[in-house]
Amino acid sequence: MALSNIWIVTEPSNGSYTTTSLELLTHGRSFGATVSAITWGGNAALAAAAGEYGATTLYDVGDLGGALPGVPVASAIAALVASVGAPDAILIPNSYDGRDIAGRLSARLDRPVLTNVTDLVDDGGLATEHPIFGGSQTVKARFTGEGPGIYVIRAKSFAAESGGGTAASVVAAPSGDVGATGGAIIAATHVEERVGPKLEEAAVVVSGGRGLGEAEKYALIEETAKLLNGAAGASRAIVDAGWVPYSHQVGQTGKTVKPTVYIACGISGATQHMVGMKGSKNIVAINKDPDAPIFQIADFGIVGDVNKVLPALIAALKARA
Amino acid sequence: MNIVVCVKQIPDPAAPQSLDASHNLNRSGKLILDEADTYGVEMALQLVDKAGTGEVTVVSMGSAADVAGLRNALAMGAAKAVIVSDDALRGTDALGTAKVLAAVIKRESPDLVLAATESSDGYTGTTPVQIAELLGLPSITFAKSVAIDGTTVKVERQTESGFDEVTAPLPALVTVTAGVVEPRYASFKGIMAAKSKPLEVLSVADLSLADQIGPTGARQVITDVVTAESRSAGEKYIDEGDGAERIVGFLESIKVL
Ligand SMILES: Cc1cc2nc3c(=O)[nH]c(=O)nc-3n(C[C@H](O)[C@H](O)[C@H](O)COP(=O)(O)OP(=O)(O)OC[C@H]3O[C@@H](n4cnc5c(N)ncnc54)[C@H](O)[C@@H]3O)c2cc1C
Ligand SMILES: Cc1cc2nc3c(=O)[nH]c(=O)nc-3n(C[C@H](O)[C@H](O)[C@H](O)COP(=O)(O)OP(=O)(O)OC[C@H]3O[C@@H](n4cnc5c(N)ncnc54)[C@H](O)[C@@H]3O)c2cc1C
Repeated sequence: MALSNIWIVTEPSNGSYTTTSLELLTHGRSFGATVSAITWGGNAALAAAAGEYGATTLYDVGDLGGALPGVPVASAIAALVASVGAPDAILIPNSYDGRDIAGRLSARLDRPVLTNVTDLVDDGGLATEHPIFGGSQTVKARFTGEGPGIYVIRAKSFAAESGGGTAASVVAAPSGDVGATGGAIIAATHVEERVGPKLEEAAVVVSGGRGLGEAEKYALIEETAKLLNGAAGASRAIVDAGWVPYSHQVGQTGKTVKPTVYIACGISGATQHMVGMKGSKNIVAINKDPDAPIFQIADFGIVGDVNKVLPALIAALKARA
Repeated sequence: MNIVVCVKQIPDPAAPQSLDASHNLNRSGKLILDEADTYGVEMALQLVDKAGTGEVTVVSMGSAADVAGLRNALAMGAAKAVIVSDDALRGTDALGTAKVLAAVIKRESPDLVLAATESSDGYTGTTPVQIAELLGLPSITFAKSVAIDGTTVKVERQTESGFDEVTAPLPALVTVTAGVVEPRYASFKGIMAAKSKPLEVLSVADLSLADQIGPTGARQVITDVVTAESRSAGEKYIDEGDGAERIVGFLESIKVL
């Protein structure tokens, strides 16, 4: 049966949507179905962006009044399912709020969720792919039973490309009364200073691991990243150790990155780390252990001490600048 | 302050993992307390300590053939454990799991429910929020700190660009990220005491959820498991003081420089 309707949750970000949302819209329009986007705090710019990436309708939940999006957005989607009928699929970005929306919606509609999806193909029904065991194997799955299927899709599963469409028509999709569930309210927002490109969007990612030896040495990673106009990443070992914030973590429980080049410094190459970066175009590794697993996937490896190689690299890059 | 912590017993992640013939995670070996849940247990113990009254209950779903993980949580200081264990639960999906756990949590009517943001083995990451919805509770996910102020829970919630201060009235559900507190090691006294603490094993019949769990309730099937495409190793050089120059050369060759 051909797909006719796909709904995509698109998270607003700086006047447009998060990159993952745009990736989902782009992929959504490849099915030849009618694509509708669902967002909150909608305005003309968001209608234009949704249309540009392939949505014909933008359902706007409206101002959330400081509430975390999970409950009101799921409630609005459930109300839409009741009023206009269920779509074939609901695609949701795997993000902090995306996962909340998916969990809430799943329980409200009493429909299962497929999470950590990295591919979605139409072979007479939607089939998914999920990496397991650090990406060494791929599980293929599909929903059985009545829809709509709820799919939570990982960042960087698809490319984001404008389709050149005109602005989507905006339809109000209020959340209705959510009772006690809606009690989580954002009282204040703290934005950490960040310089340079975002980790998920940077063409160059320089990541550090436990091999750096101590927290202070992470400055070498940041400086190298800056000189390459890239972003600084990290293994979970040094995030858990408190050297750097979680937002830097690459891997299964962190971010997925696919830069032009990924430079792993003092990172062993645990499967849970590699699943987040093995889609990079090129991988460079610096590790003092010639048998470190990271070298098995590195296009270019240097067996050496990061605390010698990185300062020399920084000096060489500075000399070129 | 009564707190329920959802804790999962999982196969040791350090041991090689595999799927069985019906594509379920092979859980036949030794089970341990998921490290991701040790943070919730620690957080709960600290919050009850601060409140000066109440207790911590750990709830779990899974095989009770090995309960070392639950005993570990009891040894850390939890007062009691409840585990739902039933062959009928094999192949249950995240929503089915949430239904089972919600039914157990309801019996406890806690002030606060804690869980990890995602488990170490299935890492679906939706179970806790599904529980909250089933129980009609507000939820705050990705907590990096949790404090109780009267009848309000105050959380610093991780975001893409930093963190938000989020509040919710109790009762509520909060998921905590790894590394937010330093989980205590069980003391010898704690380990001895845990042996006599209540550990209740329930069956599905005790909760009347039969048709909503197991593979039929899951309404999703794994159609195939295949080996993923792998990358191969490229050039590798031993640094003889020229490592940085070589990297620069490579970056030039791929036009990054
Ligand atoms: C469920 C689960 C989820 C996980 N999720 C993630 C995740 O999202 N991301 C992630 O990264 N990890 C994750 N992990 C952890 C992962 O298994 C590894 O423990 C972690 O990636 C190791 O980090 P590391 O490479 O920095 O440290 P280590 O494994 O300790 O490696 C350090 C490396 O540095 C090298 N080294 C030491 N000194 C030097 C030196 N002077 N110069 C050069 N090299 C040196 C060593 O040879 C070694 O290879 C997860 C684990 C589990 C169980
Ligand atoms: C590789 C793999 C992929 C899977 N993909 C999916 C999928 O896409 N959709 C789906 O519906 N199911 C999926 N499953 C099945 C799912 O893992 C199980 O249904 C499981 O019971 C839900 O747990 P989780 O570990 O994924 O939960 P998560 O949502 O990641 O768990 C978060 C937290 O909730 C609490 N919790 C979760 N389960 C329990 C429990 N049994 N007892 C106590 N506390 C618990 C813990 O605090 C845990 O840390 C998958 C399983 C595997 C092994």
